[in-house]
Amino acid sequence: MRWQLNRRRVRAVFRKELRDFRHNGNVIYSMAILPLIFLVQPVVQVFTLTSRSASLLHREHSLLYMLAIPVLVPATLAAYSIVGERVQGTLEPLLTTPVRREELLAGKALAAFVPSVSVAYVVFGLYLAVVELFAKPGVASAVVRGPDLLAQLVFTPFLALLSIWIGMAVSARARDPRTAMQFAVLLTIPIVAVTSLTAFNVIPSSPRLAVLMGVGVLVLTRLGGRLAGAVFDREKLITGTR
Amino acid sequence: MATNSAPAVSVEGLSKRFGERLAFSDVSFEVGQGEVFGFLGPNGAGKTTTVRTLATLIAPSSGKASVAGLPLSPENGVEIRRRIAVMPESPGLYLGLSVTDNLACFADLYDVAEPKDRIAAALTAVNMADRAADPCGSLSKGLRQRVALARALLSDPQVLFLDEPTAGLDPAAARDVHELVDALRRRGVTIFLTTHRLEEAERLCDRVAILNTTLRRIGRPDELRDQLFARTLTVRTLEPLASPEQLLASVPAVESWSPDGPTGYILTVSDPKRAAPALTRALVGAGADVLSISESRHSLEDVYLELVDQGAAPA
Repeated sequence: MRWQLNRRRVRAVFRKELRDFRHNGNVIYSMAILPLIFLVQPVVQVFTLTSRSASLLHREHSLLYMLAIPVLVPATLAAYSIVGERVQGTLEPLLTTPVRREELLAGKALAAFVPSVSVAYVVFGLYLAVVELFAKPGVASAVVRGPDLLAQLVFTPFLALLSIWIGMAVSARARDPRTAMQFAVLLTIPIVAVTSLTAFNVIPSSPRLAVLMGVGVLVLTRLGGRLAGAVFDREKLITGTR
Repeated sequence: MATNSAPAVSVEGLSKRFGERLAFSDVSFEVGQGEVFGFLGPNGAGKTTTVRTLATLIAPSSGKASVAGLPLSPENGVEIRRRIAVMPESPGLYLGLSVTDNLACFADLYDVAEPKDRIAAALTAVNMADRAADPCGSLSKGLRQRVALARALLSDPQVLFLDEPTAGLDPAAARDVHELVDALRRRGVTIFLTTHRLEEAERLCDRVAILNTTLRRIGRPDELRDQLFARTLTVRTLEPLASPEQLLASVPAVESWSPDGPTGYILTVSDPKRAAPALTRALVGAGADVLSISESRHSLEDVYLELVDQGAAPA
């Protein structure tokens, strides 16, 4: 897909999506509840661990556990984005404007990206603040480690983008928003599995693994973008044919 | 109707098939600049699919067309959509957003210059300026339809496609939409109106096309009536005529006649305007007490039913 973007049209879609999100219960649920679910376990761990048992944390990477947030939150937002318009009856007027497929996808992707990455970083920040303020001596240094922090900061936007393309591809083919959201989450589970297994040291982390995963995520993100573009077909979306 | 320059829409042998199902077949017509063109047909006749095809949402299976001066092709999709506007049957507004926010989004999508002014002008055109800040979800169906029409006017389109604009509206709301279409006609906007409300088409359209998968007939409503139905006069007298055969045969414009009750006569005539005065003179001359002489009017509905229900030959 060759991307030709008119900034004003991308911005129009982006703004409209953000305004529309505020009135959507599913979106608010995804933005509020999912991050909390992934915040609870690490926070409880911080409060319950004593200084003596903090050494156990050296074998784990608690921060990486929260990489599930930038995977799951944008997937649900993106999964709603196209099929949601279809069931509301707003897709046809949108598609009759001069907006190009890539402008529409870019605007919608950006609208899923910005809030979900923001939420992810805010949750990380909260977690780090809780750790620094309330963790027993020794626990904080075991949790907050430079390489984990770096991985967290770097992987968050790329994982979010990958999962947005997955959600959007699902959304372009789905018939109802709930199914789309469930299916998108299901498809992103393998990504969450990898980050969680790394967090719990089932997959031993190393700089080499981080680089390999980075390359893998970049390749998959590019493929995901192409897939989302390929399945976005005006005729099929309007007529409901598959 | 303005008839200058190239047609606003030109369609030649256009067909669309979804797998085994034929949506419309071999459709050809032209719509002039500034014309209000009615596209009539029963449900499933292919009207909406034709509009979607001309609006570049659906690719035709065969045939060719030009819309707003551009050949219908995927490469021209963006430019065609920039020159036209479509108001689908369902208004398709973002109900959580205000009227202004809905229009602002579309003004940006159309790359409209000075969007605030355009939005204000569009809302004024549909008498909705005082509801600009209201959420669309709080509006009645008729008002939502008006907002959808304002949205379609934002880009000052060369061709405006209105797909069943009064479907589901009460008579007062439908009348408002009719008045808006009339106003647009006065501004010279080319309007392609699909409807199955025949009185609407008869009132608003310069010409109509009747579609039932294939194009059945195209023309002005009165032309279609003349093409399909013989022109007749109905005569009512106080008493039966003594010798109707002799009397009616003496009037040159009368081609044939048949009785309609004891004191009524239906006459087939070549030209009612010529026949009626001559007939009146003949009846009075024969001493008949004439109660009425009237031209039988066939409505567009008669034309439509004749063409759609009886499966008339394609045009």
